[in-house]
Amino acid sequence: MDLNKLFKAMLVVLPIMAISACSSTSESETDATSSTETSTSESANNGVETGGVAPVLTPHEQQQLKFQELRKEHIIYFDFDRSSVSQQFAEVLEAHGDYLVEHPNVRVMIEGHADERGTPEYNIALGERRAKAVAKYLQGMGVQPSQMSIVSYGEEKPMDLTRTDDGFAKNRRAVLVY
Amino acid sequence: MKILGKWLLVTLLICSMPAKAALDIVITEGVDAARPIAVVPFVWQGTGPMPSQISDVVMSDLARSGTFSPTDELSLPQRNISTLAQFDAKAWMLQPAEAVVMGSIKPYGADKYLVSFELIDLVKAQLQSDLGPQAAKDLVIDSRETVISAAQFRQYGHRISDVVYEKLTSIRGAFLTRIAYVVVKHGEKSPYQLMISDYDGYNEQMLLRSPEPLMSPSWSPDGQQLAYVSFENRKAEIFVQNIYTQARKKVTSFNGINGAPVFSPDGKKLAVTLSKDGQPDIYVVDIATSALKRVTNHYAIDTEPSWFPDGKSLLLTSERGGRPQLYRVFLDSGKISRLTFEGEWNLGGSIAPDGRSIVFVNRTNGKFNIARMDLETRFMQVLTSTRLDESPSLAPNGTMVIYGTTYQGKQVLAAVSMDGRFKARLPAGQGEVKSPSWSPFL
Repeated sequence: MDLNKLFKAMLVVLPIMAISACSSTSESETDATSSTETSTSESANNGVETGGVAPVLTPHEQQQLKFQELRKEHIIYFDFDRSSVSQQFAEVLEAHGDYLVEHPNVRVMIEGHADERGTPEYNIALGERRAKAVAKYLQGMGVQPSQMSIVSYGEEKPMDLTRTDDGFAKNRRAVLVY
Repeated sequence: MKILGKWLLVTLLICSMPAKAALDIVITEGVDAARPIAVVPFVWQGTGPMPSQISDVVMSDLARSGTFSPTDELSLPQRNISTLAQFDAKAWMLQPAEAVVMGSIKPYGADKYLVSFELIDLVKAQLQSDLGPQAAKDLVIDSRETVISAAQFRQYGHRISDVVYEKLTSIRGAFLTRIAYVVVKHGEKSPYQLMISDYDGYNEQMLLRSPEPLMSPSWSPDGQQLAYVSFENRKAEIFVQNIYTQARKKVTSFNGINGAPVFSPDGKKLAVTLSKDGQPDIYVVDIATSALKRVTNHYAIDTEPSWFPDGKSLLLTSERGGRPQLYRVFLDSGKISRLTFEGEWNLGGSIAPDGRSIVFVNRTNGKFNIARMDLETRFMQVLTSTRLDESPSLAPNGTMVIYGTTYQGKQVLAAVSMDGRFKARLPAGQGEVKSPSWSPFL
C-alpha cells in the first residue's frame, strides 16, 4: 500500500526532476544545479540536430520544486515517549502543509506509531498523540481539519523488527499517507 | 545447584513428551521447594495400543503449576498399579513424595473409555504402614470414574490435575482453561491472527485472520466470548465474538481510539478506552444497548481499564501525574486515587481474582518487567527478568501470570508464578506471539 503510494508520487515527481535538471542562471539558483547547457539530440539518418533550453523558473516555481522534493519524505520521527515535532522536520511538514493548503481537495491520513516498549494500549494512545501533533502543526499552517484524518497503530506495525535502539527510533514515527 | 538439577529434570521430562502443542512450554526456572508427587503411568486394560497416556497430561500439568515436582517414572517403587488394593505401602516407605496418583483406562464400547483414578495420601501411608487393611481406606484422598471419548483424553487429564491440585493445595486448579493470543506473521498477506488454545498450547484454533492489526483479546466471564480490537476497516473498532458460533458483533466504532476492551464481572458491559472526545478516556459501554457512560475525563492519557471483582471500580493506567501510573476509579462517584508510586512507570494492570493484589508492567531503569503489588501493604515485587515484558494476564485461580515478552528477537509468551519463583517460556513455532489473555474456569 505504502509502496503503491510512493510509486504514484514518483510518477509525478520524476518528470519534474527531469525538467529541473537544467536550470536558469538566476542568482538564487547558482548552487542548486550547475549546468546551463542545452540539451541536444542527433538524428542518425541525416545529421539534423535540434536544440532547446531549460525553462526559466520563477522563485515560486523553484519553491514548488523544492517542496515536491521534500514531500517525498513523509515520515516524521519522534523521541522516546515524546510527541512534540522536532525542528528538523519543520521543512518537510512545511512542504506538505503548503501542498495541502493549495490543494484543498486533497486529503491526507496521518498514521501514528510507537516503538515496542511499554504496553500495546498505552502505545496506541501515544501513537495517536503523535499523529495529532502532526495534524496540529499542519493546521497551524492553514490546512483544513477536514483534509486530515488520524489513525494510531501503536506498536502493531513496526517498520524495523530488530528491537535495538536504532530499530525503536525508526518505529517511533508519524507517517503521512495521501 | 539443586535448582539447576530440578530444572534439568523437569525440562527433560517435558522434552521427552510428544510435542504436538503449538506453544511448547519450557520451564526456565523451577521452584526448589516444589512438592514431590508420584504419578504412576495409568494402566491400559485394553488390547492394542492405548489412544494416549492421560497421566502424561497430569504430570506436565503438575510440573507446570510450579507447586509440584512429579517424580521421575523410573524411580517409582511400583508401576503397573492402578488401585489402592495393588498399592504396597512397604515398597513406598522411603519414597520422597506426599501423594500418589494412579489410575487405569479401559475400553468401554465404540470410542468410549472408562477412566478411573485414585489419589493416595503417601505421607499417611508411610506413617501407618504397620496398620491393617481397615486403615488403608483412609489413604484415598479422592477417587473417580468417568466414561470419555478418545477426543476427550487431554481434557480429562486436565480435570484430574484440577482435582489433585485442589485436594492437595486447597486452591482450585486452573488446568482446564484456555488462552487467547495474537500471532503476527510479518510479510504474509494476512499477518494478524487471533488464536485460542488450551492453557498448555494444545488444540490451537484460529478465530480470526486479518491483513490489519488485531489487539487486546479478553474473555467474557462465561468463557464463551472474546472482546478484541480490529483495524480491518482501517480504524480501531471493538468487536465481541462468540468462540463457538463465530458470531461477531461490532460494539464501538467511534472516531479515534477504540481500545482496551474488558468484560464487566456480570458479562453485560465492556470497559473501554475511547478518544472520541479528545484525549483517551475510560468509558463503560453496555453491549446489548450500546449505551455509553463516561468514567474519566482528563486531558492526559487514561487507558487499560480492568474491573475489580465487585464490578464497582476500575483499575486504569493514567498519565495525569506526568508519567503512566496505575489508578483506581469508582464508577458511582468518579473518585480516583493513585495506587503505584515505585519505579518510573507502572501500567497495563489487572487485578487478582481475590481482589487483594494487582499485576502490571513496571518500568525501572528503562527496563520493562511484570510486577505485582499487594493492595493493602502496597508492597511491590518485580516478578520477571525477561525483556520488554507486557500484557500480563492472570490465571483464574490467581496463581500464575501469562505475559508477552521478547526472546531471541521475537515476541513470545511466558509465564511466571505469583511469587515469582517459577518461570516458563512458551516459544512459538512461527511468527510473533503477543497479547495473551487467560480464560476464566471452563
